[in-house]
Amino acid sequence: MKKIAIGFIVLCAVVSLVLVTSATAADKFPSKRITYKICFNPGGESDITARFQEAALKKALGVDVSITYQVGGGGALCWAELTRTKPDGYTIAGHNLPHTVVQPMEMGSAGYKTLDLKQIYMFESTPDVLFVRKDSPYKTLKDFVEAAKKQPAGVFTCGGSASSSANDLGTSMLNKAAGIKLTYIPFGGTGSAIPALLGGHVTALMSYSTMAVQQKEQFRALAIATEKRMEILPDLPTFREQGYDVVEGAYRGVAAPPGTPDEIVKILADAFDKVMKDPEVKKKMDQNAFKTEFMGPEASLALVKKKMVEYEQIMKELGRIKK
Amino acid sequence: MGFSFDYLFQGFSIALTWQNLFWAAVGCFIGTLVGVLPGIGPVSGIAILLPLTTVLPATSAIIMMASIYYGAMYGGSTTAIVVNIPGEASSVPTAMEGYELAKQGRAGPALAIAAIASFVAGTLSVIALTFFAPTLAKFAVVFGPPEYFALMFMGLSLVISLSGRALLKGIISMALGLTAGLIGQDPLTGAERLTFGSVTLTVGVDFIAIIVGLFAISEVMINVEQRLSSISKMEVKSWMPTWTDIKQCTGATLRASTVGFLLGLLPGCAPSVTSFVAYDVEKRFSKHPELFSHGAMDGLAATEASNNATSTAGFVPLFSFGLPTAPSMAVLLGGLMMYGLQPGPMLFVQNPDFVWAVIASMYIGNVMLLVLNLPLIGLWVRIVRIPFYILGPLIVFCALVGTYSVRFQTFDIWIMLLFGVIGYFMRKLGFPIAPMVLASVLAQMLETSLGQSLLISWGSPWIFFTRPISLVFMVLAFLSIGRGVWAQIKAKAPEVVTDDAEY
Repeated sequence: MKKIAIGFIVLCAVVSLVLVTSATAADKFPSKRITYKICFNPGGESDITARFQEAALKKALGVDVSITYQVGGGGALCWAELTRTKPDGYTIAGHNLPHTVVQPMEMGSAGYKTLDLKQIYMFESTPDVLFVRKDSPYKTLKDFVEAAKKQPAGVFTCGGSASSSANDLGTSMLNKAAGIKLTYIPFGGTGSAIPALLGGHVTALMSYSTMAVQQKEQFRALAIATEKRMEILPDLPTFREQGYDVVEGAYRGVAAPPGTPDEIVKILADAFDKVMKDPEVKKKMDQNAFKTEFMGPEASLALVKKKMVEYEQIMKELGRIKK
Repeated sequence: MGFSFDYLFQGFSIALTWQNLFWAAVGCFIGTLVGVLPGIGPVSGIAILLPLTTVLPATSAIIMMASIYYGAMYGGSTTAIVVNIPGEASSVPTAMEGYELAKQGRAGPALAIAAIASFVAGTLSVIALTFFAPTLAKFAVVFGPPEYFALMFMGLSLVISLSGRALLKGIISMALGLTAGLIGQDPLTGAERLTFGSVTLTVGVDFIAIIVGLFAISEVMINVEQRLSSISKMEVKSWMPTWTDIKQCTGATLRASTVGFLLGLLPGCAPSVTSFVAYDVEKRFSKHPELFSHGAMDGLAATEASNNATSTAGFVPLFSFGLPTAPSMAVLLGGLMMYGLQPGPMLFVQNPDFVWAVIASMYIGNVMLLVLNLPLIGLWVRIVRIPFYILGPLIVFCALVGTYSVRFQTFDIWIMLLFGVIGYFMRKLGFPIAPMVLASVLAQMLETSLGQSLLISWGSPWIFFTRPISLVFMVLAFLSIGRGVWAQIKAKAPEVVTDDAEY
């Protein structure tokens, strides 16, 4: 391991040297190993998706792809670093909405701007789902909302992953749409939010669609924040069906450093398109209730721009940013 | 998800196939190395090997990854004892006792006790996992934010016993640790604290960098100053622990296994937390608490037993609820998902072969680790006799590589060196280092759970005293604080720089 680790570091040094010296030799892309950076901990949704894609991606690109992690600041560190990376297409990074929209709005020094990230492909989303415990008296969203209305504002608590996340924003949207006041309790991640509901420490949980599969033995899903029902969860009604306009979730995709040539972005986008249409990859994504998306560079950029307007509005209403 | 011997035997028959034995052995070996090398923790160790999952069958891959995780707890003690570099945060108390023992020429027995305590705790925990997993899983969720806060608060009250007689200095050291833990984003709101506009600092300061700096770098500086020729000049007679050692450590190992296992069921209670708690519990039970920080074999046994018990206990919530209790467990969860295995109560029903094969492999893995670790002791103990002009630079080299490899950031190296200098001055001035490490390990959970509890209670601190479990921890914490303060007043001990304060 020690030798491997040292060898790895030496290898990295050599590779980066080669990268610098062979800058002009990139006539045919890709001709060497591509680094796919994950901005969150191994084992999270971003990492799992990347691992699903790994083999098919190597095949589609015809070169080796190495998955590395750069974790910190809710992803900000990694994305800031990406904007300073050489735009040759050999370094790409997974990125997430709403993170890359909200962080530059909220943090004075996120280190990057939303539109700095050159969109390659948006490949999945995990819509928000509202959960209560299996043994809870609230069988439907209507039960839950009515019970919340009977309590003084703020008594019902709703857990979720992180603040200013899709869970947080989804809870706010529900509050507004239903005229209730749930107190949002942020947790370090989905992993630490789950036991809070299992143990009954929060009334409900706003989490992602993946949990509707993972925790189906213990949780009752009340509604999903999509426009129409998800194929893998046919019995789970949407918020809209039940009269509340809540459509929210986290999107995941890949981005390149600003200034990456469009031809290179296209090659990468085509590869990801092929990967996401690979039946093996699609099957794994579906099984785990990841909603597959197939947005190329233009469609991704359009989504990001649409979300920028939407989130700015919400953040102003919540008083998180100055009006 | 009940237990039956049929399942367990079935599990053994799968775990004992030659290829599963092979991957378990590979995992144990890598785990030991990962533990020995400071910085390369089990998370990165397992993550590096994730791509292998595309080639291996599910059972073999998870057996290997699991053995890396618990194997790392064996290896973590080695560098802690021999050169005072804790390989993982959970080995900090091991370094406090083990390095003292090494200086007394007893590195061999210390390493042997570490391996044996690890083995006993690991095996006992697998037995508990085998028979009581469904029952124990319920315990994992009774802790809500207020209970976590109360537990962490009690953990922080350990500062009093870690400080020896230098209580005021201990508290100052703790405050420094808490401050270091504050750097970066607020875990709840994302607000930036103490970052001075630097993007790098928003990530916070990695506590491996803090620990390696405080322990290893400051140690090298002190040794250079004293013109030390080697860590121990004493002839290493034997690596066999004496009967007295074994008798002393039996109770310690059993108590620490229980503490480590129960706390390990709770999501978020990493081995780094439980090993401190077990160490402190042992100090209270010990017949010779004055030996602690001067090379107490039972303190060392307690630490090593508890971190192994904790790592095994983590499999209970993982398998039963799909809850990862630690980052390494999250990686394992990812591994399970890649195979389309859905952790949760249904896993025991739908994939009994898989679950019981992994559990059976843990019995085998623990035996392998003991067999692997005992013969290596002969090799490790020679390190303490290497002339320091060779060993010193080697320690610095390992510390640099280890710190860098956690997140691949040059910045962490500067942090480590900075804390090396801080550690040097703290030692010179008689400030105990352990409270600072403890505080930096606990800081984030302490803060997160406090914020969450107060959100739930609308700002009322009574939430910590109206819930039975948190009340018990709060009372214990206040008793411990009260006792410590009383002892200070009664002893009227002047806060002089004593050997107590070395760590």
